[in-house]
This record gives sequence, structure tokens and C-alpha cells, in this order.
Amino acid sequence: MTKEQIRATLLEIIAQIIPDEDLSNLKGDVAIREQVELDSMDFLDIVMELRKRFGIEVPESDYTELATLDGSVAYLEPRMKDL
Amino acid sequence: MTHDWLKETRSEYDVVVIGGGLAGLTCANMLARGGHSVLLLEQHHNLGGLATWFNRKGHIFDIALHGFPVGMIKTCRKYWNPEIAGMIVQLKGIRFDNPQFSFTTTYDREDFTRILQERFKIPQHSIEGFFDTARNMNFYDDQSMTTRELFERFFPGRDDVHRMLMEPITYANGSTLDDPAISYGIVFSNFMSKGVCTVQGGTDQFIGRMRDELLRNGVDIRTRCLAERIVVEDGRAAGVIANGKRIKSKTVVSNGNLLSTIHELVGDEHFSESFVAEARKVRLNNSSCQVYMGIRKGEKIDYIGDLLFTSAAGKFNSQELCSKNTTSRTFSVYYPQTRPGSDMYSIVASSNANYDDWANLSEEEYRTSKEELTERVLDALEKYVPRIRDKVDYLEAATPKTFQRYTLHLSGASFGTKFEGLKVSMGLPKELPGLFHTGSVGIIMSGWLGAANYGVIVANDVDKFLS
Repeated sequence: MTKEQIRATLLEIIAQIIPDEDLSNLKGDVAIREQVELDSMDFLDIVMELRKRFGIEVPESDYTELATLDGSVAYLEPRMKDL
Repeated sequence: MTHDWLKETRSEYDVVVIGGGLAGLTCANMLARGGHSVLLLEQHHNLGGLATWFNRKGHIFDIALHGFPVGMIKTCRKYWNPEIAGMIVQLKGIRFDNPQFSFTTTYDREDFTRILQERFKIPQHSIEGFFDTARNMNFYDDQSMTTRELFERFFPGRDDVHRMLMEPITYANGSTLDDPAISYGIVFSNFMSKGVCTVQGGTDQFIGRMRDELLRNGVDIRTRCLAERIVVEDGRAAGVIANGKRIKSKTVVSNGNLLSTIHELVGDEHFSESFVAEARKVRLNNSSCQVYMGIRKGEKIDYIGDLLFTSAAGKFNSQELCSKNTTSRTFSVYYPQTRPGSDMYSIVASSNANYDDWANLSEEEYRTSKEELTERVLDALEKYVPRIRDKVDYLEAATPKTFQRYTLHLSGASFGTKFEGLKVSMGLPKELPGLFHTGSVGIIMSGWLGAANYGVIVANDVDKFLS
């Protein structure tokens, strides 16, 4: 997957988890939780969905890497480039 | 011949879930949705665990309905269905009444800010600092600060403020000022986002709809089935023995008490010594007493609030709150609108309690103690509902022994274990592959919301194991 595809996939997953939130103006370099109502369980849902769809395991120690959309894409790119 | 509640079970399941509390139910639902074959065993005739109810003389009494954070709506929508999520409504009248203060609040950040400013004269920056600190806490943060230290940092020496902040959470999950601040902060912030929520329609309908959803997703539900053992073969969980019958499965999820799962259902011999030693250090949470009061048909009660936190104790004290003669209790008031279409009122008084205060009484002492408990509750309620004794036509009391009898939780623990239980619970699958635990362990994974969410987290681990 390309960076753009990874970003689109992430947005699609987030939209599914918090359908009431408007994600169209989400800034890539600001923590997602500061921009939309996304609680810790919603965050775990993202992590669980990544495992279910792509078999990617994100250990708890890496959770901070997924705080922003840009950070998530950078973290996931080497793990998803061959998908 | 007795009825065979396990008639025609399959020869093998992907998952056996032991216990139909909210964690077990949610875990079973997620796994069934994911395409796994799931057998759900519950020893009682109702599902729900402590989220349960009973019917007597035309009354329906909810055991643990009042209340949970608004996050439960999202949890039900994501892991159950929109219909179940749609049953959740806010309880607007949360009332405090004790020698230090007395007021009614919607129990959310906006109203608490107003009360802290106007009534307790706390400066704005301290209030904001406190709320923001609590809200930004994560469960993987440092645990060394206690709740007492958190309160002292923002409201030094203000035991009245500490009481207002702590007392409801103590009732909600048994935590004290000495527990980690992060666990307090997370639970408190969950409530502060939109107040206290409950289920319109009552626990019976709520759990009933969960049951329908489980059946739709193909879960094989068997009530009145007591899991006696978890079967271990070649160092792995391989099934259960329930009602004397052996049932094979690839994985087992216990939604029973963590400690009885380890020491009784599995047995210490199947774990490493260091794991058993760590499990032995896990403290159980306290138990509860409740008094159920059914109001005679045709009688009415004026609106006195939905959930009352009342106490005659001069100051907040965790020991007093659990003591046998405590004056600190909550009143959950169920008006007819709780169950649309009904014209019945009921009130449930709940207090925290220690199992040991009730476990070793003679039959006579136990009966007398129960009567005294009921009388104390009625005396206290008289202040809010005059002539309460004339209005009541059904009275019953539950003690820690009652909780133990119906839930089989060790020492009648009504909030599972203290926070150190989470690590042991999550460590089980590494000790014994195929075995998982879900349920109230520690403050974050407790209560309606915490238990359901922990069920989801464990379902994810089980799914990972199976695939």
C-alpha cells in the first residue's frame, strides 16, 4: 500500500468507529484525540481493526506513535508496503 | 429425572465462555460475530451477572442499574446493536446529602465546575487543572500517585471537596483514596463527560435484547449450567466440565471471579509458582448490601432525584462506608418512566460492605442483622419519602452472602478485584494457552462500561489465538 492508501484506509476505519464525527478537516500533524471525540476504547478499536484486516500487531509501547494521522501513516508504511 | 440443560451440545466449540456477566456476554457476542462457534454457560437462570434483576409481587427490582458513563452508548452501538444503544438515557437528578453538603447536580463537568466555584469557592484554575489532569490520564500511565495525592494537589485540605469527588466513585467500583489516581481519573472523567446514564426499560429488557442478539449471532446459550472445572490437556485449556458433562473447546474464556478461575476452576498445579504467588497477592474488592423496597400499587412518590448519595457520617471514610452499621448509602429511585407502560415505583438502597462482617454470623444473628439493615434504611429514607413504611408492600435485603450465593464470586465481591488483578487476568493466556479471563479486574475494567469493554479486548485476543 502507498502512503495515500494507508491514510485513506485509516480514515475509513476511524469513520467506522466514530460515525458521528466529521473527519474531513482532520489535520495530519495534530493528535487525533484533540480534534475529534475519540476515547481510549475507540483507539483500541483502531488497533484491533488493523490486526483483523491486515494482521498488524501494534504493541502497547508503540501506541504513542499512532497519536496523529501522519505518525500513524509513518509507523504503518513499512508494515503495510507489501500488502 | 432432572432437566438436562446441556442437551445436544456440539461435540466441540471454538470458545466456551463461562459466565454471562456483561464482560462474558460482550466477549461471546464479538466472537460469534467474528464467525467462531461459542457456547455460553451461566449458572444462574438469568444472564447479566450483577447487571441483573428479580421479580417479586408485581415489582421488578434492578440490582445494578444506576448508573454508568455515557460511553456505554458507544460501546453498545459498536459491540451490540443500535437498538440496545438506544435504550440508554441520562439520569438528570443526582443528589448529595451529608453533613458537609447537600445539593442536586447533573453530575457533569459543567455543573461540577459551577458547584465547585459557587458552593466550595474553589478558584477556576484549580478546577480546570483538576479536570484536565483527570481527563488526560491513560491506563498505561504511571500508577504511583494515589487519588488522595491527586485531590491534595488541586484541593489541599478540602475534605468536603474530596468527598464530593470520591464518594460516588467508591459506590461505583469500590475504589478508595489510596488507589492509583489514574484509575480514578479515567472513571471520573468518563462520568463527567455527560453525567450518569441508565437503561430505559430496565435491566430485564436490556439483557433480554442482548440475549436476542447473541442468539441471532449463533451463540449457544445455556443457563443453569455450572462450570465445575476447566479441562487442561497437554498444558492447554481444552474444554470444561459443566453440570458433570465434559465439553471440548479450543479456548475457554472465564467471566467468573479471577481468583476462583485460577485456584478452583483450573487449579494451582497448572500454573507456574511465580504466577500463583502473584495471583495470591491480588486483593478482592468489597461486597455490597442492598435493600429492595417495592411501593404498593396506586401509591406515588414525589420526585426526590434519581440517584441519591446520602450519609450521616461527618466526613468521608472508606472504612465507615463498608462497615456493617454504615449510614452511607445510595438510593436508586425507579419511577414508572424507568419502565414505560408501568405504573410502579421501587427504591433500591445500596451500600458497600465487607464479607467478613456477615459471613460468620449465627442464623439468628444473620436474620437480626438483616432486619436491622432494613430498618436503618427505612429510617434514613423517611427523610426523603415521608411515610415510606406505609407505602412499601415488599421489602427484602441482600448481604454479601446473598451476592456470593447468586454470583459465586469469592467473598461476594461486587466489583471483582483491585487493579493488580488486571495484570494477572491478562497474563493467563501466557501461562496456560487457550485460557482467557474477562470481567471486573481493577477499576478501569469494572462497572458496566469497563466490563463490556474488557470483554471486547479479550475477544480480540481469543480471535488472534484461534486464527
